[in-house]
Amino acid sequence: MTRFGRLGSAVVAGVGVLLAGAGLAPGQEQIFRINNMVEPESLDPGVVTGVPEHRIISNLFEGLTTTDPNDLSPRPGMAARWTVSKDGLVYTFHLRDAAWTDGKKVTAHDFVYAWERVLNPKTGAKYAQQLYYLKNGEDYNKGKVTDFGQVGVKALDDKTLQVTLRCPTAYFLDLTSFYTLYPVPKWVIEAHGKDWVKPGKLASNGPFKLASWVPQRELVLEKNPAHWDAGTVKLQKVVFIPTDDVNTAYKQFLAGDSDWIPTVPPAQIDAARQRPEYYVTPYLGTYYFRFNVTKPPFSDVRVRKALSMAVDREALTKFVTKAGEVPTSSFVPAGMRGYEGPRGLAFDPAAAKKLLAEAGFPEGKGFPKTELLYNTLELHRVITQAVQQMWKESLGIQVDLANVEWKVYLARQSKLDFHLSRAGWIGDYVDPNTFLDMWITGGGNNQTGWSNKRYDELIARAGCGIVDPRERMKALHDAERILVVDETPIMPLFTYVNKGMLSRKVKGWYPNILDQHPLKHISIER
Amino acid sequence: MRRLSALPAVLLVIVTGSFFLMRLAPGGPFDMDRALPEAVRLNIEAKYHLDEPLPRRYLRYLGDVVRGDFGPSFRYPDRTVNELIALGFPVSLTLGLCALAFALVVGGAAGVVAGIRHNRWVDHLTMSLALGGVSVPNFVLGPLLILAFALGLGWLPVAGWGSWRHLVLPTITLGVFYTAYVARLSRAGMLEVILQDFVRTARAKGVREAAVVTRHALPNAVLPVVSYLGPAAASALTGSVVVETIFGIPGVGRYFVQSALNRDYTMVLGTVVFYSMLLVAFNLIVDCLYAYLDPRVTY
Repeated sequence: MTRFGRLGSAVVAGVGVLLAGAGLAPGQEQIFRINNMVEPESLDPGVVTGVPEHRIISNLFEGLTTTDPNDLSPRPGMAARWTVSKDGLVYTFHLRDAAWTDGKKVTAHDFVYAWERVLNPKTGAKYAQQLYYLKNGEDYNKGKVTDFGQVGVKALDDKTLQVTLRCPTAYFLDLTSFYTLYPVPKWVIEAHGKDWVKPGKLASNGPFKLASWVPQRELVLEKNPAHWDAGTVKLQKVVFIPTDDVNTAYKQFLAGDSDWIPTVPPAQIDAARQRPEYYVTPYLGTYYFRFNVTKPPFSDVRVRKALSMAVDREALTKFVTKAGEVPTSSFVPAGMRGYEGPRGLAFDPAAAKKLLAEAGFPEGKGFPKTELLYNTLELHRVITQAVQQMWKESLGIQVDLANVEWKVYLARQSKLDFHLSRAGWIGDYVDPNTFLDMWITGGGNNQTGWSNKRYDELIARAGCGIVDPRERMKALHDAERILVVDETPIMPLFTYVNKGMLSRKVKGWYPNILDQHPLKHISIER
Repeated sequence: MRRLSALPAVLLVIVTGSFFLMRLAPGGPFDMDRALPEAVRLNIEAKYHLDEPLPRRYLRYLGDVVRGDFGPSFRYPDRTVNELIALGFPVSLTLGLCALAFALVVGGAAGVVAGIRHNRWVDHLTMSLALGGVSVPNFVLGPLLILAFALGLGWLPVAGWGSWRHLVLPTITLGVFYTAYVARLSRAGMLEVILQDFVRTARAKGVREAAVVTRHALPNAVLPVVSYLGPAAASALTGSVVVETIFGIPGVGRYFVQSALNRDYTMVLGTVVFYSMLLVAFNLIVDCLYAYLDPRVTY
């Protein structure tokens, strides 16, 4: 290690000499190296859907709003200020003076162009539903409305953007900081086609600009001195390394080749926890099992409840997952602004046994052959094995494990070709709705066959109709109670955590529920 | 020439086979853990012609391949398959050639020495090492080398690409298997040749031992190595998949594995066709080389 330290400082000194021209003393160079774990699929804000892409694009571009690095609440971005109509439907954004990296002014028309592009069926944007909140947005994407003039976004003039929503949406200002809603430069896209995101061509409007991009090797961002908030930005350069082998990535961090890795190999957790660079914070995601309620025995709610109540989640997180996961039997993670969820089913093996007997399987006798489906991954293997053992011990039933490759797993799950399946859900925005609206009858992500009329009503009312925030949260609370206490088509196990390693010279990096860390607030100090 | 004319037929079989096999695998390129709304899924399928009947898609693809166009990557929408292969291949080629060169120099030398010093300790040592080299899989060796030379001693970088220092550990990891194989082959070749009449004659004529080995024995002893070179080169290039992943190297191999897992149909087919052409090309080269080294062989 000491040898590497010397070598490392020699390299750093070399870089320092290079940067001396930029007026920086050696040892203070503002370079942040992130292991992004995978090659970004694209840099086109309208096309991407992933987290690694978000780490890059949210710093290259800027939406109407940005996020607070601490609690992720909306802050002014391209919009200096905005007003919202009393009925919560019409948002008027007043843009600030801002420029693209090629010198052109950022105007309201850039947003209209970008949003039309995402909703246009020909673009084939996977995240088009992020704009279904606009009036007629969904119908335009489905081809039912062909005149974009009828969709709820208008440039009143160069600096004023008027947005009309389908329903009052409490978290709309969170969505405007999300990449799907970023403005894009029409003239660059029209000139270069799909090559528009490549170095030398890309024009962006965020605190950083693209310096270089070699696929599977590295992508480099540089500070954008023309950005309106360049005064806040301390980093000169950010390097994204796409090492996809998590063990190699971890070793790169240990060797000092990267300053942040947003994960830790499961086998290294015990060792990593001993190091000062290790961090762990709750994440906006829930690990759970799905029941297929269309097939016996899980069409019987008593059987579902019995299996759920027989799992000791405390033991599971303490001895199996071990990274600091938070055991839970409700679905919406704690820590949502203004939301208090119901308590799910408690661990109670005796009651579970009784329920199973009532359902016709005393001591597990006569319980049919069932299978728990999971996608091949070490973590899922140990978790499902542990739960399998708990069921055997407290209920006397044997559930077989079936591991399949990721795409097979997705296909089987969406076809309801399983009895039980492991799953995880990561929220799209900080609002309980992102965890609850998926369980409505026939919802694309429901995938349990479960349907409940009262639940659908509550979700519909919370999504559209209730303007008072407290009343809306109450409706969502009641819905979640149906989901995790009364009906249990799913059994939540724990809240995911963000775990990773962060070099201690990195400042301005705040733990938060989405593991998002806007680079403009980050600096390097020794 | 007959071999060259069979080439298109071979490639057609490969393209057809992989095209339909790929479709048999469950799941598609745009399945994610978040289900897409029906309208969005249809829009995407229309964009990539996935809504057309399979035979039509097959013919469309075949036409594109004949024109040398492997189409857009489904996973990386900004890039074409041609572009990604063009970026990755020089890297894979560099790594593959370095590993082969390493194998020829180290393995060849060790094998020849072992052959000459038959049944002495040098022979036993090299052959034990060779046995180890053939047996240790590269996904074990790679991480061990990283631990020792990158993390422990700090002499070399853990992973990445860009300078000769990045090349050392992957070259050894990838090359060890071939080194061991080449060592065994050249030892066997040497043993066979050294007992033959023309070598004895040369010795009898009083030629110095060094000259006997280099001028008379060696050219004949390397023949088995040469015929192994074709498959070895092809396998070093395609076999770098694991090594590229362990060492974070931006080669074609990484795309190959990922695209299969992602059901990135065009990328899988592109790499398969590309690799097949490589394999065929290498075998051709070896045949030519063989004909040159051994006058008895004609085609």
